[in-house]
Amino acid sequence: MKADVPKGTGSSLGEAAMAPVRLAMAAIDAPLRWVQRRLGIGGMATFFLLPNMLIFGVFVLLPFFINFAYSMTGGTALFLPDRSFVGGEQYARLFDCANYTDPNSCAEDTFWTAVGNTAWFVLLQVSLMILFSLITALILNRELMARSFWRAVFFFPVLLSPVVVGLIWKWILQRQGLLNFGLYGLGFDPYTWLNDRNWSFAATVGVSIWAHMGFYTLILLAGLQAIPKDLYEAAEMDGTRPARAFWRITLPLLMPNLLVVIVLVLIRAVQIFDEVYVLTGGGPGTSTLYITQYIYETGFATQLRNPGLAAAASILMGAVLVVLTLVQLGLGRKGEKKGARK
Amino acid sequence: MGHIKLTNVTKSFGAVDVLHDINLEIKDGEFVVFVGPSGCGKSTLLRMIAGLEKPTGGELAIDGKVVNDVPAADRGLAMVFQSYALYPHMSVRQNLAFGLENTRMPKAEIAERIGEAARMLEIEAYLERRPGQLSGGQRQRVAIGRAIVRRPVAFLLDEPLSNLDAELRGSTRAELAALHARLSATMIYVTHDQVEAMTLADRIVVLRAGRIEQIGTPLELYNRPANRFVAGFIGSPHMNFLEGTLEAAGAGTAVATLKGGHQLQVPIADGTAAAEGPITLGVRPHHITLDAGENSIPAKIRLVEALGSETVLHADVAGQKILIVAPGQHNLAQGDDVRLSLSAAPIHLFNDRGIRLERAV
Amino acid sequence: MSRVAEFIFRRRGRSGWHWTDVFTWVWLIGGLFIMFGPAVWLVGSSFKSPAALAEFPPTIMPYVTQKATVEGYDKPLDLYEVTMPDGSKTVLAEVRRIGIVSQMVSPDKPTEIVKVKIAERTPVRTMSFATSNYSEPFTHFDFVRYLWNSVFVTVTATLITLIVNSMAAFALSKYEFRGRTFAMLLILATLMVPLSVIMVPLYSIVSALGLFNNLWGVILPTVATPTGVFILRQYMLTIPDELIDAARMDKASEWQIYWRIILPLTAPALAVLAIFSVVWRWNDFLWPLIVLSRKELYTLQVGLSIYSGELNVQWHFILAMTVVTMIPVVLVFIFLQRFITTGIAGTGLK
Ligand SMILES: Nc1ncnc2c1ncn2[C@@H]1O[C@H](COP(=O)(O)OP(=O)(O)OP(=O)(O)O)[C@@H](O)[C@H]1O
Ligand SMILES: [Mg+2]
Repeated sequence: MKADVPKGTGSSLGEAAMAPVRLAMAAIDAPLRWVQRRLGIGGMATFFLLPNMLIFGVFVLLPFFINFAYSMTGGTALFLPDRSFVGGEQYARLFDCANYTDPNSCAEDTFWTAVGNTAWFVLLQVSLMILFSLITALILNRELMARSFWRAVFFFPVLLSPVVVGLIWKWILQRQGLLNFGLYGLGFDPYTWLNDRNWSFAATVGVSIWAHMGFYTLILLAGLQAIPKDLYEAAEMDGTRPARAFWRITLPLLMPNLLVVIVLVLIRAVQIFDEVYVLTGGGPGTSTLYITQYIYETGFATQLRNPGLAAAASILMGAVLVVLTLVQLGLGRKGEKKGARK
Repeated sequence: MGHIKLTNVTKSFGAVDVLHDINLEIKDGEFVVFVGPSGCGKSTLLRMIAGLEKPTGGELAIDGKVVNDVPAADRGLAMVFQSYALYPHMSVRQNLAFGLENTRMPKAEIAERIGEAARMLEIEAYLERRPGQLSGGQRQRVAIGRAIVRRPVAFLLDEPLSNLDAELRGSTRAELAALHARLSATMIYVTHDQVEAMTLADRIVVLRAGRIEQIGTPLELYNRPANRFVAGFIGSPHMNFLEGTLEAAGAGTAVATLKGGHQLQVPIADGTAAAEGPITLGVRPHHITLDAGENSIPAKIRLVEALGSETVLHADVAGQKILIVAPGQHNLAQGDDVRLSLSAAPIHLFNDRGIRLERAV
Repeated sequence: MSRVAEFIFRRRGRSGWHWTDVFTWVWLIGGLFIMFGPAVWLVGSSFKSPAALAEFPPTIMPYVTQKATVEGYDKPLDLYEVTMPDGSKTVLAEVRRIGIVSQMVSPDKPTEIVKVKIAERTPVRTMSFATSNYSEPFTHFDFVRYLWNSVFVTVTATLITLIVNSMAAFALSKYEFRGRTFAMLLILATLMVPLSVIMVPLYSIVSALGLFNNLWGVILPTVATPTGVFILRQYMLTIPDELIDAARMDKASEWQIYWRIILPLTAPALAVLAIFSVVWRWNDFLWPLIVLSRKELYTLQVGLSIYSGELNVQWHFILAMTVVTMIPVVLVFIFLQRFITTGIAGTGLK
């Protein structure tokens, strides 16, 4: 992006609407000149940074740090001073398992169910998401009539709210829904998909891909379009087959964007909540209970809420996210070096 | 009004010392030009006077008042930037008015001042346009206009002409000179174009690597450069430098022996006999004549540039390169042998540290 | 016509259909249905009456069974087209159904009951848009409140985001001061601290500040977005510093430089951030769900999800409310799609 001169002079209506803002800004100026006198020009930097830092400190940094304190306290009290220190007990409880492959053998069985579900979800969703968005990006990168229209088609669901996405699909997958209607036409009986453990899991994977695929497609498409056309022309002159051109030219040059996409998809998949909560509510049973929902319910929604346990679980999740990101960045760095050597 | 004095001013960016011990006094109404090679600190010095940078040490005074801690806005100066720095989202009129509005000047007076400046600079026709819709020359005028309307104590101009093409630069230079005569305000002007420096300046300040090498009128610098650097920097084409040795030869004269054995008699001031030893001899290309007379130096032509009114000859004197600008046209070609005479030339002598030996003319 | 088709289906090498051409068009057309289909179906369904919604197989368009008021019956009766034993067809109103036999009357002769097998009658239906699905939530439910809450949260949060983030970006791009790099790194590091990781302590802080069950508790934690600071800063770095020097020479205060020089010149980036912020805040769900527990404070997203989770789901209202919730985002999509997609491609933010 570059600082362009904004076009047009703005309508007089817009200027009239701006008038009160102008006045307000001008009114603020006088006291701020005084502040500037006191602080100097350098001090004004602090002034400009202050509101952001304040909000940021209170609502991001502070919670980040006291989260650790929470994870070491017990009881149902909300405020930290009212809570009793229990050391690593919450973590011990989370890890209290006879057999880690079987959630039922754990003290906190829902946690391990959620972890297991999330792991499967991430595995499936991330690989399919990458596959589908890569295919779509490759297709949109071809010489297409009305390319921006098709791009918009795949992008459309991205802006929808997760709640709307969940409701749309809940409506389609329910017994009298569109899916059953279609299958009915093919001679199948209606089925309540969301009451089936496996199908509802599949639905959460599919719906989340449906909702976010367009976003990653865009990033990949941008990467594809940045690859100079003459590389392909040169490859064609050399008699390179298209498949080979894909593996030897497209994929390596797309790597930076692909890595970004993988990190983003991974991080978001681990945190999946909104759509699923509306679509299946974690059910049937606990078949689509993912980790964020576990944290939410443990911390807020159950009768016997346990903020300490929720905090401990969220810290574990945060650690996983950080590790995933760092691994990814490491891979990216390596890839870059490799690219530079070539 | 407009009297600026710098005493022992220094400036560092972190560990990097950019300006060393600058002492300079600029009189009211004077047109002073800072010249020097790129990166020597001209802009930094100007920005420090403007108040956009704070001196690391020393004292800066405007009209007798120390202004080290006075912010730029309160120094009463105006600046014209190399990139013009016109506000791209405002019309020309708004650009001119912005600084005045900030001082809460009555609207009528603002309008009057803009009108006056616009007339003076002939920019009335495009007052309502945005900078993006103007040519380079027009933008340049607006940038100057923005300074004029402020009626500053002094104008600071940082390479204001460097973005213009050669022709426009010439005409704008003349207009600037006229403007200075008309406003009779102090102007400090930064350039690395020595032609601009020579034509505009009352006095020139030559800077090198953060130090002032010499301050003087254009002709002082041309005729009596303080050192080899100034001698080489002022004048176009550059002065020729020939290596040699110096021996005293009686009162007021010395003998300079050039590489290759050619000897020249040069007048020197008394008391500089101690300068005996290796020296550099400086002579301007215009002062060398093609003359096969007594005591002429043999040279070989390497390149001929015929410009019509004059001929620029690149030649070789005993392994040292030399440039000659001979008036008129000459029928010479590469490889020709010629003889050069320095007898009519003012000869500058620089010792082994590059300092000029005062010559008794 | 064939010229048009040829143009539309332009292919590699233009000699015959390569399999990739077939695949491309299958993928695109399939994508068209899968991506738009569900939303279109939702909109269509939202105009159906509860009875039509409960029907299976569903109809594409919204139909209702015609009713007629028949003398001697309090309620309007459903009309059916009946094939009489003699083969003729008439329209009768159903009084009641017993097993597979329906007792019907002719609207003209209300006293004479005819018994008809249910296989021999089909309902008389007309297309009808159940606009009451839309109007009723507006009048009988808290829907207007939710709408207002959502609008308030979205607009306020976006305004604060723009101001606070642009101020910070200004400081971080145009001033030299100690700790600048540190502040920048701190802001970027929080990209790795998503809400789901800090929701427990954040909840306690918001409660301690008295912002639980308060729309400001929804707004404030979201406004200091690192992405916002980041894109604005990147943009401001391209504004020449000489402009700021010029403004300082012009006696502008730092605040004036910010709002009269920097803000107008950052307008394109501010617009991008504004659009994103509107979409983000409009769509926020988990955090409002945590902070808002009083019905009258629900945002649309929370209200919708709570209603849809109730035992007897009133789908006809839910669908209509979902459509209304979609409208602003669809408008953004229609008018600003190109702008957003290039924005994403350029900055990689969502
Ligand atoms: N903000 C800064 N931080 C660090 N070093 C700087 C800064 N500004 C300038 N310098 C250094 O100070 C020296 C002088 O810079 P200055 O801009 O004054 O040169 P100049 O004489 O104007 O050159 P030019 O003719 O190219 O404009 C340069 O070496 C430059 O790298
Ligand atoms: Mg400079």
